[in-house]
Amino acid sequence: MAYVVTGACIGVLDRACVKVCPVDCIYEGGKMMYINADECVDCGACEPACPTEAIFYEDDLAEDMLVFRDANIAFFDAIGSPGGAKKVGKLDHDAGPAA
Amino acid sequence: MTMKETYRVAIVGAGPAGYYAAQHLLASEDPTVAVDMFDRLPTPWGLVRAGVAPDHPKIKSVSGQFAEIAGHSRYRFFGNIELGRDIARDDLVRHYDAVLYSVGASDERKLGIPGEDLPGSLAASDFVAWYNGHPDHAELAPDLSGRHATVIGNGNVAIDVARMLLLPQEALAATDTADHAIAAFKASNIREVTIVGRRGPVEAAFTTPEIRELSAIEGLDVGIEDPSLLEQEVDPTGPDHKRVQRNLAALVKYGSGSDDGERRLRFLFLRSPVEILGTDRVDGIVLAINKLEERDGRVQAVPTGEHETLATDLVVRAVGYRGKPLPGVPFDAKTATIPHVAGRVVGGEREFVAGWIKRGPSGVIGTNRGDAEESAEQILQGLNGPSSASAPDAITSLIDSTCPDAICHEEWLAIDRSETAAGEAAGRPRVKLVTIEAMLAAARQ
Repeated sequence: MAYVVTGACIGVLDRACVKVCPVDCIYEGGKMMYINADECVDCGACEPACPTEAIFYEDDLAEDMLVFRDANIAFFDAIGSPGGAKKVGKLDHDAGPAA
Repeated sequence: MTMKETYRVAIVGAGPAGYYAAQHLLASEDPTVAVDMFDRLPTPWGLVRAGVAPDHPKIKSVSGQFAEIAGHSRYRFFGNIELGRDIARDDLVRHYDAVLYSVGASDERKLGIPGEDLPGSLAASDFVAWYNGHPDHAELAPDLSGRHATVIGNGNVAIDVARMLLLPQEALAATDTADHAIAAFKASNIREVTIVGRRGPVEAAFTTPEIRELSAIEGLDVGIEDPSLLEQEVDPTGPDHKRVQRNLAALVKYGSGSDDGERRLRFLFLRSPVEILGTDRVDGIVLAINKLEERDGRVQAVPTGEHETLATDLVVRAVGYRGKPLPGVPFDAKTATIPHVAGRVVGGEREFVAGWIKRGPSGVIGTNRGDAEESAEQILQGLNGPSSASAPDAITSLIDSTCPDAICHEEWLAIDRSETAAGEAAGRPRVKLVTIEAMLAAARQ
């Protein structure tokens, strides 16, 4: 289980979520942010922090948002689990609807 | 070519705020900073070790980040050293270019009502530390022979306490809950817990995952005493309205609970404790019934004049932590924080603050990240010219001569290995050592 960044982030990348994540598991792609499901500890700090309400707990995703759960996973195919977004900085690829 | 200065910073308090500050300082390339981190316990990690509930192992895993930061070549750990008792503030200011206090808020806010000190009336700060194996509270020995417990407070700590009192034995056995607490919970007769809040569900400080996860606990019946309170409108322009909306939606699913639950958890809103009853020990609590009124832009609980009495065997007050003053350091007794501007101590001398002792005891673990980075940035901006710090071995010489039981990073790792090895044998994340003596013995192996 983890939290998932969805479409309301596309083109916004406010990063308020990054500021409150205790494990730095929210990574910046080209057009939106992505949460690494393996690194996420389910603390829930990011969900209310997002100004565009783009973040949902995986269980709370509506049918038409499931594509973002897959996107948040596929985004990391190329880089695995670096153990912290600070280590890799902004990445220039995207996955799912933002790609 | 001039040698680049490596500045030296002391961080007092090895919890999340201290580590996030250390991370920011160590990541700086210009200026370059070495960090010496002090903690009064032989074990680091602050409330991640002693506060986060044992049935939240994923949240505890944030310590992996701290372990990584501790592995930095410019990081040193000095555990079992208490500011005041073992080392003076003046020594730190003299030996370092900057000193950051991230000591948290280990005291509790009291209710200030009659009967508060009766046997059977406890502070959540003590109770939580006890079940998490904090050496200062290993002897708490709470009496869990009664049937009903009342938890005062509407934050996550209140829910943590209620949950730990009601978790099934099998769930507890797999955690790193201190052995003395597992034994006490196994023998416990507590079967019902009422969480009492002064105001309503909209004003409650709970975060949504804590409310939701109650439904997954085997055999636990959850209910709200007055579900009509959940029909309140939430102001969509209010800060934090999303959390509140999600909280109400999560609470609504529980309704008023069912009558036949073997273990019961009830949320009782709009009640203020006014007296704890009992002769040699707690046997009841008098609650004033409140209504809500908006005053000075804030929703406040106002007494209606009516009261009710709840029969109860245990009262745990979870109405907030409170900071403690550090000897030799400015302190604002009203807010129980160290006065600062953007993290720089007012009236200090190259002294800084981060975390709860800076902003008060609020927020979640991640909240300390932004807080600590602000303070660390203030430190970095002040580091110019020649370093005024002493050489790295000056402080170690001082500590070797005055604190023979100081614990270095390698010795903490030995304690860690000892605990996790014992845990592995038992199918648990670790088996905690709960006395300083046991920790020192494991450190020296």
